[in-house]
Amino acid sequence: MSDLDELYQSVILDHDRNPRNFRAIEGDRREAEGYNPLCGDRVKVMVKVEDGVVTDAAFQGSGCAISKASASLMTEAVVGKPVSEVEKMFTEFREMTGGREGGKTGSLPSKLAVLSGVKRFPMRVKCATLAWHALHKALNEDT
Amino acid sequence: MTGGREDGTTGVPFAAGRPDLLPSRLSVRDDFPILQRTVRGKRLAYLDSAATAQKPRVVVDTLTEFYLQHNANVHRGVHLLGEEATIAFDEARETIRKFINAASADEIVFTHGTTAGINLLAQGWAAIRLQPGDEVLLTVMEHHSNIVPWQLAAHRVGAQLKVVPVSPEGVLDADEYKRLLSPRTRIVAVSHVSNVLGTVAPISRMASQAHEVGAIVVVDAAQSVPHMTVDVRELDCDFMVFSGHKLYGPMGVGVLYGKKALLDRLPPWQGGGGMIEKVTFDATTWAAPPSRFEAGTPPVAEAVALGAAVNYLQGIGMDRIRSHEDALLEVATEKVRAIPGVRLIGTAPGKTAVLSFVLDDIHPHDLGTILDASGVAVRAGHHCAQPLMRHFRIPATVRASLGVYSNEEDIDQLVTALGDARKRFLG
Repeated sequence: MSDLDELYQSVILDHDRNPRNFRAIEGDRREAEGYNPLCGDRVKVMVKVEDGVVTDAAFQGSGCAISKASASLMTEAVVGKPVSEVEKMFTEFREMTGGREGGKTGSLPSKLAVLSGVKRFPMRVKCATLAWHALHKALNEDT
Repeated sequence: MTGGREDGTTGVPFAAGRPDLLPSRLSVRDDFPILQRTVRGKRLAYLDSAATAQKPRVVVDTLTEFYLQHNANVHRGVHLLGEEATIAFDEARETIRKFINAASADEIVFTHGTTAGINLLAQGWAAIRLQPGDEVLLTVMEHHSNIVPWQLAAHRVGAQLKVVPVSPEGVLDADEYKRLLSPRTRIVAVSHVSNVLGTVAPISRMASQAHEVGAIVVVDAAQSVPHMTVDVRELDCDFMVFSGHKLYGPMGVGVLYGKKALLDRLPPWQGGGGMIEKVTFDATTWAAPPSRFEAGTPPVAEAVALGAAVNYLQGIGMDRIRSHEDALLEVATEKVRAIPGVRLIGTAPGKTAVLSFVLDDIHPHDLGTILDASGVAVRAGHHCAQPLMRHFRIPATVRASLGVYSNEEDIDQLVTALGDARKRFLG
């Protein structure tokens, strides 16, 4: 599989075309925006946290296939996880996409591995991590 | 310094005896060593000259020769190297003067680029002329570098920015321009050529209308000087700025042209060595232009190499470069437009050699990555022109931009790669 085939796998293209949880969350929620001024990608991440556990996650915004698919996969992956676990996933996701040697991926659902191909495209790593940074911000900002 | 090649040639194509068979086609690619390299195992199709142009060997040789043989600071030491460096620097200034047909070399200021030149003007002119309630007139097709400095200056004094729109094709709205001009207009700041649309602004007409209301005209020529003959006296602009690196010269050097009478009135931007007449701790008197605006050590080697770049281009002829690029743009436009799902952004008559477009709803960044895998280097994004993107209601475009070395093979490689991208995304 070429680097390009690995980057644009069918799972990514599917989540780009049919993003999951591409909606708003009403009521009691935390939210934060991610914006990449270099490329103009913009994502708003919303989460519902009850008793320290993420019970709903959604996003809205516009961006490339990588940023959209990453946000979509992320919202699926974090629901049902305690906040502390989500923070660990955030760290491991950044290590995986940044291509860090020996980085742990133990907390990441295997589905997220489809985004590991982005490590061969340093200019695109920020697309994949944009939604995760927004989620991290949402979880850590005082509400 | 001529920066000639070891074999004694100048690197200029069509030297004596070489017949010019097809006036619209240049064969200068051998002068650009970088075009020989491969990227990701593919032939490089460099279609990003509007971001920065590749350098002919003569430019790199001139830089090397300066640093290896003549390196010294200018206008300071009395030693021989200082003399050689100063002479080369002054020659470069004269080369630029002739290139844009300025009346005097004193009207040519070396800056660090277009952005530096606009900031110099925005701050300097604002300090002496901009009052609360005054207006600075821009166009919607400006690059951020011709928006933000004016915004900073205007906000500081309580002046306002006004914006001339463009038509769906990308033509500047001449009626709206006339309507927006008023006695409150102090400055008109306009791109000669849009970096996204390729639209050429009718500068001489705009300048004469601006002068009628007493405004000065600042032209951002970053995207025009590499592609066409530019004559500041014919355009009758008051100031003009451009970058060296888009003009096949080195990064880090740029040019500010100003009419002498106006430069004389302009206060210094940065203080430092080289821009003074007399300094005491109480007061300093300024040197005359251009030195007044060249505080500190200027980019000497880069200016000298920019002179070599200009000589190289004039060896080919700016009019021949224009016709070569126009012919290629026509081919590229036809072939890209024929791809299903393509929407061209910017189709003004007489536009220069940039082709901006979107393809179905494939995001330009994904396209950029896919094209890169085929060796095609394009720009994908908002091109530092977010207001223009909003005007066209798109987040970004892909932009293929041509240069003197571009050829049909580059275009074919682009078109094939776009077809592949479509297949990948749309099945």
